[in-house]
Amino acid sequence: MKKDTIRELVVLSGKGGTGKTSITASFAVLAEHAVLADCDVDAADLHLLLTPHVEQRHDFFSGREAIIDPLECTGCGLCLDVCRFDALRTNGTDYWVDPVGCEGCGVCVRFCAAKAIDFPERQCGEWMQSTTRCGPMVHAHLGVAAENSGKLVATVREQALKLAVDRQFPLIISDGPPGIGCPVIASLSGVSLALVITEPSLSGLHDLQRVLALARHFSVPTVVCVNKWNINPRLAERIEAAALSAGAAITGRIRYDRAVTQAQLQRKAVVEMDAAVADDIRLVWQQISQML
Amino acid sequence: MNKIAFTTSGKDFAAQMDPRFGRAANFLIYDIEHNSLQIMDNKEGRDASQGAGIQAAETVVRAGVDTLVTGHCGPKAFKVLDASGVAVYNCTAATVEEALAGLLAGTLQPASASDVEGHW
Amino acid sequence: MTVKGIKKAVRIAVASGKGGTGKTMVSLNLAAMFGRPVQLADCDVEEPNINLFLRCAQLEKSDVTMQIPEVDASRCTGCGACGEICQFHGIVSLGARALVFPELCHGCGGCMRTCPSGAITERPHSIGQVAVGQQGHVRLVEGRLEVGVSLVPPVIRAVREQLLDDMPAILDAPPGTSCPVVATLRESDYVLLVTDPTPFGLHDLKLAVATARQLDLPCAVIVNRAGEDQVGLYHYCRTEKLPVLLSLPDDRQIAEVTSRGDLIAHALPEYGLMFAELAEKLKLELRASGGLL
Repeated sequence: MKKDTIRELVVLSGKGGTGKTSITASFAVLAEHAVLADCDVDAADLHLLLTPHVEQRHDFFSGREAIIDPLECTGCGLCLDVCRFDALRTNGTDYWVDPVGCEGCGVCVRFCAAKAIDFPERQCGEWMQSTTRCGPMVHAHLGVAAENSGKLVATVREQALKLAVDRQFPLIISDGPPGIGCPVIASLSGVSLALVITEPSLSGLHDLQRVLALARHFSVPTVVCVNKWNINPRLAERIEAAALSAGAAITGRIRYDRAVTQAQLQRKAVVEMDAAVADDIRLVWQQISQML
Repeated sequence: MNKIAFTTSGKDFAAQMDPRFGRAANFLIYDIEHNSLQIMDNKEGRDASQGAGIQAAETVVRAGVDTLVTGHCGPKAFKVLDASGVAVYNCTAATVEEALAGLLAGTLQPASASDVEGHW
Repeated sequence: MTVKGIKKAVRIAVASGKGGTGKTMVSLNLAAMFGRPVQLADCDVEEPNINLFLRCAQLEKSDVTMQIPEVDASRCTGCGACGEICQFHGIVSLGARALVFPELCHGCGGCMRTCPSGAITERPHSIGQVAVGQQGHVRLVEGRLEVGVSLVPPVIRAVREQLLDDMPAILDAPPGTSCPVVATLRESDYVLLVTDPTPFGLHDLKLAVATARQLDLPCAVIVNRAGEDQVGLYHYCRTEKLPVLLSLPDDRQIAEVTSRGDLIAHALPEYGLMFAELAEKLKLELRASGGLL
């Protein structure tokens, strides 16, 4: 399989909790020969439904962090003056860097007269290559309070693409992060199709518009699906109208159904359950797979 | 046109072109005058958390390249390359050989701006 | 909590490992039933939603800017020192004049400091907005990131700067556990974690608890959509000594009221009482953990 014939679908939501991961897991079951990528590295949940068997683990490094060597530090306090991120701490005599606040800019390292500040690479998490009942999967785990999930998302996508090339899989399905910030940009750029799962609430509508603006910015074809539409049918209609006028296509609706939670509890994808909502998802997948 | 860089996933003229610039696997650099070939690993570009295109542009500029042939070049990389006097050609050729033939035959058009959004 | 001898009012972050647990709904209803003037800070700057519910008549907006470098071409010698210190590819110099990439700049000021010919000055660059409004006893401070910008923490810091020191504040955090959440929690004294009794909910709660503990912050749990607990959520909370301050039932009315942009504390009186009780319990918890209200 050549790289440029591989298609990539990313499932986004803008707002969190719209059912993105449950729907992605269902697509994973329905798609034949797809590589799965969990790009929601901040709160990765796809593995809870697909119970992967981990084959490889790799440490993930991103950026650097400043660390003061107390033996070399002369206590001049210059680092405190040059840091713009409020990351330097002192009790009057000793100085240290708060790792959570450190931006990794290296300014204190460069200007420390005693050369007492180390600047090692920062380990921010790990990524894994696994097998699941639906095919190979690349997923990751970001360290607590760690930064730069954008680069980790890029790593997950890159590894998923490599797997697709090696194993001759024509499709990558990725579970994207919520929001519109750096991890979303990293998961969205250059994909073949973005599916935005939203819900009929004012927050859902508002966040949808922001994520659609982002998709337009990156010229990614986008389709929208309203999940739990029957919670507020009028708003569901309004959301679909807004999506259409923003240049996105509409692809089916998915009803509110407790079977979604039941599926989670049984560690299954919704389409592996006997429920009406499973049929809704199958219809959506039919339309999506034709667009890919 | 003297030193030409190609983005590639391999290490010789028969290798596939890598359509990406910033996160390309390798740069194959062909020196026309000396008829010599050099492979540069784009490790720094691939490893950059952000600004991969800028990093890659720095790498090729420092290598003394005056012409770049790639698939797509983002706006930031283009800005650096343009300011450093590197001519950028976008092409869809499958291999480096094909791309070089196209360049020498004059069928490739120089890009006057970046052709994709960043984060490509 | 003590800055230069002046005691600040308490700041309570409402957070959750994953999105969609009802974080914003809890923040809003808690603020509504707080029983005294309170600030409500929307730190979910990628998707700020608080004012969709609060509907402040007037918002006073200001730009959030970051200092980015500007190169004086006549003084730049192209020595490359600026590009060398920059960790983010925000400035590049390759023999010619240095080029600035505002989208990548983190505003550390390193290039300006290091430039040997004094060719670099700084200018403000807009990355978002902060809006301040008032609705009844609730003072809103909302941060909003510009679409296409990825630097969330500076916008959250700008929200912090708009908060008054002498009025308690509820901070609606973004979802997740990475930099934006940490930027919010760093400004807080206490964390309320909103979750639901599902496998996703429990898994993400554990991540959120780890984040709060890494920052040495006391925390408590609010359970939303609390149906049958088939995942052992309450058992986990007991083992981890996390007080559960409120359990909201899995009531479709909550979703319906919230979806049309209303507050359950106003629309459904029984929930109003529950949030008033939550505010009382919080006061006790904060006293126990040494905080002030």
